[in-house]
Amino acid sequence: MRQPKIIVVGGGLAGLMATIKVAEAGVPVELFSIVPVKRSHSVCAQGGINAAKNQKGEGDSIAKHFDDTIFGGDFLANQTLVGRMCEAAPGIIDLLDRMGVMFNRTPEGLLDYRRFGGTLYHRTAFAGATTGQQLLYALDEQVRRHESEGRVKKFEGWTFLSAVIDEGGVSRGICAMNLHTMEVQTFAADAVIFCTGGIGAIFGRSTNSVVCTGSAQSALFQQGLDYANGEFIQVHPTAIPGEDKLRLMSESARGEGGRVWVPRTPGDKRAAKSIPEAERFYFLEEWYPKYGNLVPRDIATRAIHRIVYEEKLGIDGQAAVYLDVTHIPVETLNHKLEGILEIYEKFIGVDPRKEPMKVFPAMHYTMGGMWVNAEDQQTNVPGIYAAGECEYQYHGANRLGANSLVSCIFGGGIAGPAAVKYAKNLSSGTDATPSTVFERERRRQEEMNQALLSGTGGENPITIWKELGEIMTEHVTVTRINKNLELAYGKIGELTQRYKKINLSDRTKWSNQTLNFARGLGNMLVLARVITIGAYQRNESRGAHYKPEFPERDDANFLKTTRAKWVDGDVQLTYEAVDTSHIPPRARKYDAAK
Amino acid sequence: MAEAAAAKKVIVKVKRQATPKEGAHWEEFALNWRPSMNVIICLRDIAEHPVTSDGQTTTPITYDSNCLEEICGSCAMLINGKARMACSALVDALEQPIRIEPLTKFPVVRDLSVDRQFMFESLKRVKAWIPIDGTYDLGEGPRMSPEVQEKGYPLSNCITCGNCLEVCPQVNENSPFMGAAIFSQVRLFNMHPTGKMHAAERLKAAMGHGGIEDCANAQNCVKACPKGIPLTESLAEVNREAWKQALFGWTGW
Repeated sequence: MRQPKIIVVGGGLAGLMATIKVAEAGVPVELFSIVPVKRSHSVCAQGGINAAKNQKGEGDSIAKHFDDTIFGGDFLANQTLVGRMCEAAPGIIDLLDRMGVMFNRTPEGLLDYRRFGGTLYHRTAFAGATTGQQLLYALDEQVRRHESEGRVKKFEGWTFLSAVIDEGGVSRGICAMNLHTMEVQTFAADAVIFCTGGIGAIFGRSTNSVVCTGSAQSALFQQGLDYANGEFIQVHPTAIPGEDKLRLMSESARGEGGRVWVPRTPGDKRAAKSIPEAERFYFLEEWYPKYGNLVPRDIATRAIHRIVYEEKLGIDGQAAVYLDVTHIPVETLNHKLEGILEIYEKFIGVDPRKEPMKVFPAMHYTMGGMWVNAEDQQTNVPGIYAAGECEYQYHGANRLGANSLVSCIFGGGIAGPAAVKYAKNLSSGTDATPSTVFERERRRQEEMNQALLSGTGGENPITIWKELGEIMTEHVTVTRINKNLELAYGKIGELTQRYKKINLSDRTKWSNQTLNFARGLGNMLVLARVITIGAYQRNESRGAHYKPEFPERDDANFLKTTRAKWVDGDVQLTYEAVDTSHIPPRARKYDAAK
Repeated sequence: MAEAAAAKKVIVKVKRQATPKEGAHWEEFALNWRPSMNVIICLRDIAEHPVTSDGQTTTPITYDSNCLEEICGSCAMLINGKARMACSALVDALEQPIRIEPLTKFPVVRDLSVDRQFMFESLKRVKAWIPIDGTYDLGEGPRMSPEVQEKGYPLSNCITCGNCLEVCPQVNENSPFMGAAIFSQVRLFNMHPTGKMHAAERLKAAMGHGGIEDCANAQNCVKACPKGIPLTESLAEVNREAWKQALFGWTGW
């Protein structure tokens, strides 16, 4: 019998889970990653992972987790698979616990749970404030074990360039570039699972890691893979501004009792600690008495923008508000939040145990991503699967905190076996694909490299990237206005023209990061168009997508998934119905009980 | 005032090496100072405008980085002679000219980028994982007291940056010593209720080639660790357990 072969691209939580599942099925798997997989962006997840274990006797249930997730996502997520994810979540926590994750414990030796945004229950298991790191390591260790036993072969230090798609439109493998030798090579596979994460770099600065460019998703989109709900971008309410990165201050700070406030007097110059209680404006608690500081992220972010830009109440007139944990006992802080407090202390030089932190919203997560079916993570191209942040399935118009880790592991966990099943059932595998199909793709990619390496125009890729980030952050994040979106779309077009005149300051053929960056930038420019045009055409407000010109949710016209296609070098949008078969849509309000 | 700030420069000297086989040389850059600059921002400035302080056009510097918040372990390098993470190395706290070099205990790929595969291979040798039966639903994991969790969690924060190997006199071309980070992982897995069942195997690996016996107790590792992991405690405990096993065949449980 033919032995199928599977490739996984991306070694974060979703990719590692998919890899483990394929290896367990006894099928050889090759794992490609830009960085050693242990350094993937999942390490940055801080606060925790959701599962309705009802371990605090509050009456939490899977149905409530399901409802909170759908309601939090403003009814844009297809419901059936979200329901399955919520059902699977407690088992996922058990599995991670068995893998040795150092979750925080109760005195009885059970897992401890904390509160997070968009729910009234203690539903979030956590390992200090570095839960993503701990989860990633657990899966990394399991993959290392499979690797040492010969079931997994890693290709770390390789970047994905394109899929190899045959005449019949079926995926037969990938084309990738070795980031040391810069060699371009094709790899055959019966099925490929993409777990290529976020797209933060399109917005210049974000909470994302350097590798989160969305380059793989965009390359696939340009090969005929559909991209869904691109316009839904989560801006996290609390991050530390920085020139190189906007560093996340986890929602868990508020889950453990942290409070957001500004001085009531505009331009108050007093030190935070000397401002009396009565002169502090705890605006989230006043505006949303039921959820208080734990409203979902889109709501907290818009509230902070309103405080800063409309009420002019930012700290000392600046774009910042206080995130205050100074009233929480130091032992509790060190036990439950140390990881993030250290980040603040190291990068700002102020101890947040003693002084309130100064924070501001930052681009954080894409709810949109590669279109996948409602069953088993397959995309519209046969043989290509997707899981994790790079696909669109689980979070609708806004993701709830601590739901991303569970969606990565759940999605990866079903993509792996689905890819195996597909590969085993193929009547004709990749071994029957003519070598010309692979050679054609390899040559196409080589030519793209050559064109970049020999470009003699006057444009610098980093300059173009910075300008793209500024345009996207200004016009395509928290508040979207149609005339500004038109302007942004025009500017992305101009940048795309300038990109063609790129002149690389490094033309060498060894470990050339400039070339790799330029390749990614070309793809970022395409995905920026998908996001912007999606936002432009969606004339309503829903979840993270907010248009003051259209302040209401419009179910009659827009209770629909945006599905972008690449047609003759242009983005075309179509809309398809959302599965609302379990929970009928209702108004999304957090200022009172649901 | 604004002009004075714009005129302020940051002088950075970078050790460059085009390929693993070529010799190294230094290049100096004069960058525009801004508040809250770190070494990563310096390297990005150079990438956007790769011109040395004597006006020579050069190439951007190749270096490893990813999360920029000291949790992925990528950007370890020597900064003013000290092994540390570039993202958390704030310019205003550094003496100038800032000297940036690649780690010396790992093969240089290009410029500041090094190959730390040795560490990942060592993690395989000591079987740094919990050998679960499978990912299917087998119910909850073992109970664990908060005390054990509080001991294990800091060990589990290791980002495999390699700084502890860089500063260790026992890690060198003539020695196969695996380094403190690896033994600390042995301690972590041997402490876990399930991991404990396979403690003997890990201790055996820890006594083998490049093992704990090569530790000369210089104690540089614990000072260099960006995550504050009690590495010397880990070394002492693994050493003790490994000897117990070697002498009495006892694995401590």
